[in-house]
Amino acid sequence: MDDKQLIARRVALELKPGDLVNLGIGLPTLVAAMVPRDAGIFFQSENGIVGMQAVAEQGLETADLTDAGGNPISALPGAATFDSAMSFGLIRGGHLDVTVLGGLQVDREGRLANWMVPGSLVPGMGGAMDLVTGARRVIVAMTHTAKGRPKIVEACTLPLTSARAVDLIVTELAVIEPTADGLLLREIAPGVTIDRVRRETGAALIMPERVPTMRGLEAEVR
Amino acid sequence: MGKTRKAAAIVEAIPEGATVMVSGFMAVGTPQRLIDELVRQRRKDLTLITNDTARPGVGVGKLISARLVRRLVTSHIGTNPETQRQMLDGAIEVELVPQGTLAERIRAGGHGLGGVLTPTGVGTVVQEGKQTIEIEGKLFLVELPLRADFALVNAWRADHIGNLTYALTARNFNPLMAMAADTVIAEARELVPVGVVAPDEVMTPAVLVDHLVARESSHG
Repeated sequence: MDDKQLIARRVALELKPGDLVNLGIGLPTLVAAMVPRDAGIFFQSENGIVGMQAVAEQGLETADLTDAGGNPISALPGAATFDSAMSFGLIRGGHLDVTVLGGLQVDREGRLANWMVPGSLVPGMGGAMDLVTGARRVIVAMTHTAKGRPKIVEACTLPLTSARAVDLIVTELAVIEPTADGLLLREIAPGVTIDRVRRETGAALIMPERVPTMRGLEAEVR
Repeated sequence: MGKTRKAAAIVEAIPEGATVMVSGFMAVGTPQRLIDELVRQRRKDLTLITNDTARPGVGVGKLISARLVRRLVTSHIGTNPETQRQMLDGAIEVELVPQGTLAERIRAGGHGLGGVLTPTGVGTVVQEGKQTIEIEGKLFLVELPLRADFALVNAWRADHIGNLTYALTARNFNPLMAMAADTVIAEARELVPVGVVAPDEVMTPAVLVDHLVARESSHG
């Protein structure tokens, strides 16, 4: 299992039957494949659907049914489509249980930066600011470092996506929960030492007496 | 007959420098023929209000590639390097707006509201220069309404008086933009007789639609 799949598998365990979930583009989209189809989890895409299936059934692709990246999807039985105001009403109005987003940086207070790198990458925030501000629970799914540099930092140098702290950070090394006292190390990936997590994290971590192996991945040998 | 005209004749009425809303999400639900016609007639210096700029040469990306856009109000340009290049060159002035805020600003423009209050963007660069209001201890940004001279929308079906329905995720910004412009132009995949679209199915009532694009082979 590669790093991204491991992250996606761990994130999938956070989703509960009945949850309405929005997955960001990139790594977070892998989470859908880790959730059984009968798990009772509904996926939203912000371009206007609840009940999407990430990949279109072969031969059933239609130009009018896509995800937020413009890729063909399928609508599961029971799906609903709507306009952009309702789609963001679901997001901002507290109807969205979980959003899973990628990250460029997360600071020690759990605040996320994921929408621009001034001077080099200005894609725009798309729906990210509304998602982080409005979802009941925000999970960041990202690699622990980028080009060897920590993405979990004392203070974000990149523009924030929202002033609201995220609820959970899942990387290929660890599960970290931002709390009022700071970043709490909750779980570590199989085969990863606490020293390594410390070394590759740019902010202080709160260490419980015992840090268990990542839930659902205890048997994994890496 | 009635509101139906050829795309070329409709677009002739859009002047250079106009403010234009164009619906669609990554070119899904975007009125392609109207865009092609804007490009053919070289309507320059447009202010374009649209969710994203799709890809170079695709959907509203055609307007960008043809360098017809002077000012752009949008939520995402990451899939179109040409937009980013023109922004860095100074050829396009870009206002980036959170997607949900963009939808609500357009809705406010079309529904006669003086603006909307949203928590989105509080404590970020989006807050810069904006009024804030605290309600029951929570801070909101005042986001102002957006309107346009023209809205270009894409329907799945239109009847001959202009009642519109949209398909699946091609609906996106269409019904919002159809409320928020002085002149609304609809391009539909199918034009059907009045009565075929049942009242309960109408997503944009005909009263909002000024012009319908005729079938390509039609003499309008």
